[in-house]
Amino acid sequence: MRTRDDIAQSLAAFGYIADGELATAIALMQLLKRPLLLEGEAGVGKTEVAKALAAVEGTELIRLQCYEGLDQSAALYEWNYQRQLLAIEAHRGHAEGIEDQIFSEKYLLERPLLAAIRRATPPVLLVDEIDRADDEFEAFLLELLSDFQVSIPELGTIKAISIPHVVLTSNGTRELSDALRRRCLYHYVDYPDVDREARIILARIDGASAQLALQIARLVEGLRKEELRKVPGVAETLDWAAALVGLDVRDLKDQPEVVHDTLICLLKTHEDRSRVSREVSARLLGKVA
Amino acid sequence: MSCCGATPDHEDLDAVARLVAGRLGAFLRTLRDNGFAVGMPEGQDAAAVMAAGYADRPGSLRSAFKHLFAARKSEWDRFDGLFDAFWLGKRVRSRVLASGSPQAANSPSLKSLQDAGAGERGPQGAMDQVPSEDAPRATGEGVREGASRVETISDTDFRKLADPDQVALAHEAAARLAKAMRTRLTRRDQLRRNGERLDLRRTIHRNISHGGVPIALVHRRRKVKPLRLVVLLDASGSMSAYTAVFLRFIHGVLDSFREAEAFLFHTRLAYVSDAMKERDAARALDRLSMMAQGAGGGTKIGESLATFNRWHAARVIHSRTCVMIVSDGYDTGDPALLGREMAQLRRRCRRIVWLNPMLGWDGYAPEARGIKAALPHVDLYAPAHTLSSLAALEPYLARL
Repeated sequence: MRTRDDIAQSLAAFGYIADGELATAIALMQLLKRPLLLEGEAGVGKTEVAKALAAVEGTELIRLQCYEGLDQSAALYEWNYQRQLLAIEAHRGHAEGIEDQIFSEKYLLERPLLAAIRRATPPVLLVDEIDRADDEFEAFLLELLSDFQVSIPELGTIKAISIPHVVLTSNGTRELSDALRRRCLYHYVDYPDVDREARIILARIDGASAQLALQIARLVEGLRKEELRKVPGVAETLDWAAALVGLDVRDLKDQPEVVHDTLICLLKTHEDRSRVSREVSARLLGKVA
Repeated sequence: MSCCGATPDHEDLDAVARLVAGRLGAFLRTLRDNGFAVGMPEGQDAAAVMAAGYADRPGSLRSAFKHLFAARKSEWDRFDGLFDAFWLGKRVRSRVLASGSPQAANSPSLKSLQDAGAGERGPQGAMDQVPSEDAPRATGEGVREGASRVETISDTDFRKLADPDQVALAHEAAARLAKAMRTRLTRRDQLRRNGERLDLRRTIHRNISHGGVPIALVHRRRKVKPLRLVVLLDASGSMSAYTAVFLRFIHGVLDSFREAEAFLFHTRLAYVSDAMKERDAARALDRLSMMAQGAGGGTKIGESLATFNRWHAARVIHSRTCVMIVSDGYDTGDPALLGREMAQLRRRCRRIVWLNPMLGWDGYAPEARGIKAALPHVDLYAPAHTLSSLAALEPYLARL
């Protein structure tokens, strides 16, 4: 059993700078075999947690992106109807045993959920934006997460070969059911503080100096306190840092014009863009040093 | 914290374990009293966590328990305080319930809404038209002959209903109306459905037994989102003659609409859907008065809307949402703020309906500054002082 510190270190080695509590959550996932539910604003790096976890565990990441109308055939399994038809046509006239043949594994299309329980080494299963799926799908997922077996009428019950590490993310566009919440460990992913955001920039953007990373993190923090419609997330910060490095900016204070013009990486609505005028960006820059 | 760290002696270990297990039970009860959904499996897992060595340091145990017991943001934020109060004996800033006893209501204006309760009037119930009820409920007889008597009151202004029986009838009619709206809306929804496309994959699947000849066709139907109704009810003193009836209406709406949410506001905004989902209307109102805190004078519509837009809108509003604001528009806040927030709300939802009970009065014109700022963003501005004016909304909602 690995400790939290080990986990935090190996996450950091793969470029994910976790807060201390996330490492606890991952350690508990392994101890209690419960799924982990991550909530937080868009762009705080929820999906990245699963990617980093897969990298740390050295296993495959299987991702199920949820959307409205997602159903079993897109999430679990489906028969390959076209191949089945071809097989029937090909065997016309000598059809003995054709039924057993076309309902065999060869004709089964694995979708993410089925794939996740049939791997020899437990993969990381990322159920992304579960709040976008319908209530019915949520109930179905809950059942799968407690039994880890799937019954396919033509094939019988398929038991999990290994129990995947399940990570669910939610943006809070819909209230999730209490049953699902209770089944999961819960972690709220917040915007990182200045220090952590600076370390994230350093880890992800080649060519960013420690001083520049700190300046960027401070300015973004100041920007998040402005009344914006769409608060910039970590992904936006990284975009902006990459843009600044690409434009060869060494110190934000030297090039206020460039800073103001590149804020389009952070501000994604017309209203926010007009709210952060040159005066505002100059004021934010003043606090950065 | 005293715990099962490195005690070699087995008897000692057992004693400590028993002690901690006892305390753990008490902690789980505290969590339940504070609204956490904690069951047996969580208790077992908590014990497993302690056994795995997390109990060595309070910090690591707190962090581990937080992930295990919290299930949403509000619980996540409150957990550390609860944990410290229980295990470390620290004083907590946030409100902690030591037992399940509800806190006494300290909201005068909300208390006065509870006329279905004990007939008690809050200090602000001084509105002369508020009828206080003597009996908590109308007699069975009165309820049964409701249908005919509702007609006679359907055009009477709510604030002119003096007779407690009539008030009870109006309440029931409002609740029934909300239910009726739901059923009729659904039917119209289905009749209007069109735009079917062929689902080729499923058609092939269905017709495998015919050797692949497409005899039975499978269609893909556009999924229609049900209309969601979000009601924001002004519960300030100036509305007190109407709030009781509207609370019954909202209760009916929440009960029968598949998707509906309700908020109350006066000087601040309160999310009341959960409290209102209580089947019994009187008990729902009881819970409401417990939830409201610190309602002072005045109405801050703009600030309440800002709170709504910032914290709730993303969750409760989707593309087929109608926001219904019930208010007289008397705003003690900044009208410019109200205008801005209304504009922002307008962009998010499908329709904004503003119901103003005063609009039904003779000679009333929307002079209040608040309403003037809000009107440009409102799709339907309608009176809502009688049952028939409420009923007149239905065809409008059905078209959405």
